[in-house]
Amino acid sequence: MAKSDQSDGDNASENAMTAQLPHYAQSLGIKVSEFEDGLPVLTVEFGPMVEGRPGAFHGGATSGLLENAGYAALRAVLIAEDRDPQLKPINITVQFLSAGKNKPTFAKGRITRLGRRNANVSVEAWQDDRSRPIATAIMNILMADRTE
Amino acid sequence: MVSPLPPFDPEASSKFFFKHGHTGWLGLEYSDHGENWVELKLPWREDLLGDADRPILASGPIVSLMDMASGMSIWTTMKTFNPVATLDLRVDYQRPAREHCAVIGRAECYRITRSAAFVRGIAYDDDIDDPVAHIAGVFMTIGKDPRSGKI
Repeated sequence: MAKSDQSDGDNASENAMTAQLPHYAQSLGIKVSEFEDGLPVLTVEFGPMVEGRPGAFHGGATSGLLENAGYAALRAVLIAEDRDPQLKPINITVQFLSAGKNKPTFAKGRITRLGRRNANVSVEAWQDDRSRPIATAIMNILMADRTE
Repeated sequence: MVSPLPPFDPEASSKFFFKHGHTGWLGLEYSDHGENWVELKLPWREDLLGDADRPILASGPIVSLMDMASGMSIWTTMKTFNPVATLDLRVDYQRPAREHCAVIGRAECYRITRSAAFVRGIAYDDDIDDPVAHIAGVFMTIGKDPRSGKI
C-alpha cells in the first residue's frame, strides 16, 4: 500500500502508537500501519489467529480490527484536543460486506461526531481495493472523566 | 434414496470448530444448547484486555463469541450445517465483564426465512439476569450443507 504524504518515513510514530494499542489488539497482531490526515490506519496480517472459514477472516477478528481502529482514531483526535477521558464502549454495529480473504486487512476510523460525553465513530475495513470495503462499523463510545 | 444427514450437533461440532483458527486461539468452549439456542464460553485471559487502565476484557472477543454462538444457534435450529454469512451484528454493552470471569454467550435463532436468519442473544458472566451485553444479528444462508455431497 502506498504511504501517505502525512507519514514521517521512519515509522517512529506508528511504532509508538502500536505499543499503546490494548493487549487484545497486540495479541491479535494488530499494528498501526500509517497515519492519514492525523488518523491511524490499523492493519492485521492473515494467519491462524484470525481465520474463520478456511482461508478467510473470522467475522469476530474483522470486528476486533474495526473496533480498535475506531478507538485509535478517537484517541488521536482527543490527544489533538488535549483531552484524556476514559473510553467505554456503548455499542458497535458491524456490517459484513464481503469475505476477508487470506491477505492483510486495513481499517481506519472517522469521527462522525465528537461531543462532550459521546463520540459517534464510523470505521471501514478493506484489503487490496480500498474502494471495496469488506466490512464497516458504527460505534458509540462514552468518554468518561477520570475519577482519580 | 439418500439417507438423511444426522442433525447438526453443536456439542460434537465444537470439538472441531474450536481446535483451529480464531475461535481456537480465543479458546472458546461449548457450554449448553436447546432447540434454537447455543451457549458458548470464553475463558478469562490476561492477554485479551481492552483497556490500558483497568483489567477489563476487550469487546472484540465478545463479538467473536457472539458471532460464533449465533451461527451455531442457526445450524441447531435448522438442524443442518448450511454455511451462513453474517450480514450485520450489533452489540450493546451494558457493563464491563468482571475481572477473572469467563464470559458466557447465549444466542437464540428466533426466526428463519428462506434466505435470512435472525438472532438475538446476551453475553453474561456470573449472573444471566445481569448481562454484559445484548446482541442482535442477521445472517444469510449461502449454500447447502457441505456434508450432503459426502455420504
